[in-house]
Amino acid sequence: MIRDITIGQYYPADSILHRLDPRLKLNGTLLFLITIFLFDTFYGYIAVTVFLVSIIKMSKVPLKYIMRGLKAIIVILLFTVIFNMFLTQGDVLIRLGFLKITKQGLYSTVFMGIRLIYLILGSSLMTFTTTPNQLTDGLEKLLSPLSRIKVPVHEIAMMMSIALRFIPILLEETDKIMKAQMARGADFETGGVIKRAKSLVPLLVPLFVSAFRRANDLAMAMEARCYHGGEGRTKMKPLHYSTRDYAAYGILILYLASVIVISIFEHRLPTVL
Amino acid sequence: MQIVFENVNYVYSSGTNFEKHALKDINFKIDKGEFIGIIGHTGSGKSTLIQHMNGLIKATSGKVYFNGEDIYDKNYDMRILRSKVGLVFQYPEHQLFETTVYKDVSFGPKNLGLDKSEVDRRTCEALKMVGIGEELYDASPFELSGGQKRRVAIAGILAMEPEVLILDEPTAGLDPRGRDEILDQVAKLHREKNITVILVTHSMEDAAKYVDRIFVMNDGRLVMDEAKVKIFSRYKELEAIHLAAPQVTYVMNALRERGLPVNTEVTTVEEAKKEILKVFKKS
Repeated sequence: MIRDITIGQYYPADSILHRLDPRLKLNGTLLFLITIFLFDTFYGYIAVTVFLVSIIKMSKVPLKYIMRGLKAIIVILLFTVIFNMFLTQGDVLIRLGFLKITKQGLYSTVFMGIRLIYLILGSSLMTFTTTPNQLTDGLEKLLSPLSRIKVPVHEIAMMMSIALRFIPILLEETDKIMKAQMARGADFETGGVIKRAKSLVPLLVPLFVSAFRRANDLAMAMEARCYHGGEGRTKMKPLHYSTRDYAAYGILILYLASVIVISIFEHRLPTVL
Repeated sequence: MQIVFENVNYVYSSGTNFEKHALKDINFKIDKGEFIGIIGHTGSGKSTLIQHMNGLIKATSGKVYFNGEDIYDKNYDMRILRSKVGLVFQYPEHQLFETTVYKDVSFGPKNLGLDKSEVDRRTCEALKMVGIGEELYDASPFELSGGQKRRVAIAGILAMEPEVLILDEPTAGLDPRGRDEILDQVAKLHREKNITVILVTHSMEDAAKYVDRIFVMNDGRLVMDEAKVKIFSRYKELEAIHLAAPQVTYVMNALRERGLPVNTEVTTVEEAKKEILKVFKKS
């Protein structure tokens, strides 16, 4: 049940996308997010869709697996759709009692829905194709200019990678403790709110104890290996852009240019909606 | 027949890259009062197998019967099954959560809905069985030593008075003395209360000393299911799947090869000693 949450997970496969530099993927994701929120024209979205579909194809991550990530946002999605649909002022199309659907409302519903879905798909595609370690390496490198103004970039990146590293471990631990307590007759599923909250005690106490134990062990192990923060620390695998990455940057720029061009000349194209 | 597995298969995360066929076509029958050892390499499916026995994991296909009833039947009450099949996980001390030892052990019987005096009786009895004295009843379980924590956690399962006791490597990480104490206690329970015991272990010596019948798991399959002596005489096959027979088996086989007519079917050091002395006296 906990395993069903796919958002933010890494999906091992052998694709071009997996081999690209994490900095490029971070920048690319940011660019993609900007394009879906900045441009809201019909033809612009065709370009965005073509781009998204082709990188999904390239990633070799099964579509079904990516789509599972949408489950996590279904509530937000429904809220957005309902509010946009009924609460936007404008030309009334349909009236249902005190509720009315306007033309503008319909537009913004469709666009907001698409935006949210693309947002999740685009960003989860990055985490599917990038290991947590690569991701933090990339972030550390991209943010490294900030260390000049005393932002502890290395420490933040280290904390992030530890947190990410421990998510699967703690999930597994939760699963194990839950089973162990169920074997002792614990019931996590039935009862009212208070009973359920109480039933979490046998799960949460051991989980916290084990998290602290692990944190202790990890700190000890890091100190034993002379870890003392980022200063003067070198990397085993420093990030280097390769030809492949420059080519990918080229594609990104082309993509951005085409979206901009399309939205400028939109009014000269035949109208669809 | 107390526990029956029929063509049980289990697949993890089916339909993704992580898919793993953890159990393949498992069939066996276990009678009441047996003492069974499960051995196998890390990742061979031992832990997955035992979690099927009390319904914590549902088989992808196949049937599991407990006391003749199909546990996957819609009307079957899993909670009753779990109270009858006690499962002690690996490192069970990681599940302790209460403020005192006594309260922690009574968690199981309380969940069974028993009245206060019965809960009290079972808790005290279970703690006594594992050798935890009354002076520790009000101590915090987190203040105990590693071996004591382990025993308290095992008492937590015993207090439910299961008909079947499953232990997943109960001695991992304990010193030799703590190890013998726990296993001797389990063996005593088995003798005195005639409960079925299933012991998952990595130690062939432990398997040799305590169990009667051994399941050998390899790559999700139950590859051998025979009496202890028979299993160890097939030590060449065990080696092929990266397991080994107890050291005594090797000694006896080596002696036999050198012309000493000893019985190679002994499994513990004690038996081996007797056997060798017997042969020497004869000659």
